[in-house]
Amino acid sequence: MTDPLLIWSYLESGPLLWLTATLVAYWIGDRIFRLSNGKPWFNPVLLSVIVLGGLLLATGTPYETYFEGAQFVHFMLGPATVSLALPLHANLRRVRKAALPMALALLAGSRTAVVSALGLAWLLGADFGLLASLAPKSATAPVAIGISEKLGGDPSMTAVLVLMTGMIGAIAVTPMLNALGLRDWRGRGFATGVAAHGVGTARALQVHPTAGAFAGIGMGMNAVLTGLIAPLVLQLFR
Amino acid sequence: MPAIVSGIIVLLLFQLCGEVVSRIFALPLPGPVLAMVALVIGMALSERLLALVRPVASFLLQNLSLLFVPVGVGAVARLSDLSAHALAIGVSLIGSTLLAICVGALTFEHVARLTGNIDEEDEA
Repeated sequence: MTDPLLIWSYLESGPLLWLTATLVAYWIGDRIFRLSNGKPWFNPVLLSVIVLGGLLLATGTPYETYFEGAQFVHFMLGPATVSLALPLHANLRRVRKAALPMALALLAGSRTAVVSALGLAWLLGADFGLLASLAPKSATAPVAIGISEKLGGDPSMTAVLVLMTGMIGAIAVTPMLNALGLRDWRGRGFATGVAAHGVGTARALQVHPTAGAFAGIGMGMNAVLTGLIAPLVLQLFR
Repeated sequence: MPAIVSGIIVLLLFQLCGEVVSRIFALPLPGPVLAMVALVIGMALSERLLALVRPVASFLLQNLSLLFVPVGVGAVARLSDLSAHALAIGVSLIGSTLLAICVGALTFEHVARLTGNIDEEDEA
């Protein structure tokens, strides 16, 4: 029999192991999410991240090694973003009709996200580097990373903060907006996309097709607006 | 040619054009978002394009959460930075995200009600 260490070093050197692990972890996370009848705190992204993070720590595997396998999954984010055209097209008439409430909700939501994130972190003693990494965290990851670089932040830290923002939004949105008694799926989805980008949009698609379509638009619009707002607000904390 | 392959080709070609245009004109919009807008226009113009893209796009959107897992695992690589500023990061992310969703959804609903902009198709 071959030495197990040799097999491990073979697996470690290729993308097969961690690509498979990513899909299996997600399958487990999604099963738990479904078994819980879609309870928001059993968020499949969060569960998969916990499973995989535990595995990486337990095996002493560096993130770079993991990402060599996981990059194939990561790559599909681009085509998936393009695919948001599908629900958008199906709801085009309703989207055009809701242009005014969307524009005002975008301005209010986007500004609230940046100002409150920087204000709270500044009060709790965050340095300028962290503030710059934090400022674009409600925008979708590729945009946020670009903004963070321009502002003097740490792009890989921003990617993590963006994901955490999305997970927080995805977990909190349903109980919170139910408690507020908001019943318009358009506004619920749109605000989620603005504040919690793609992860929030994925959650909105699970909850209601209308919310999903409007979340996709919110995400796209805030990708543009954050690029304008984040540098202006960050100036206040310099 | 299998329908899935032509669907993937359409998505990738749109994304490719989006990335190129975004870089040529140094636009603040990322390539895939530009491509999304272009594809909506394309779908409105051509039923055939819509039919080509629909199976792959539905499949990707049904599994959208999966695609965020690799970046999410990156948190493990930054565990020491995150825990060094745990309080500031935790309070800031939770507070601002919840506040922004509430403010956005409340604004939308109030403006929609004030202007009589009611969604006829469904109500929660």
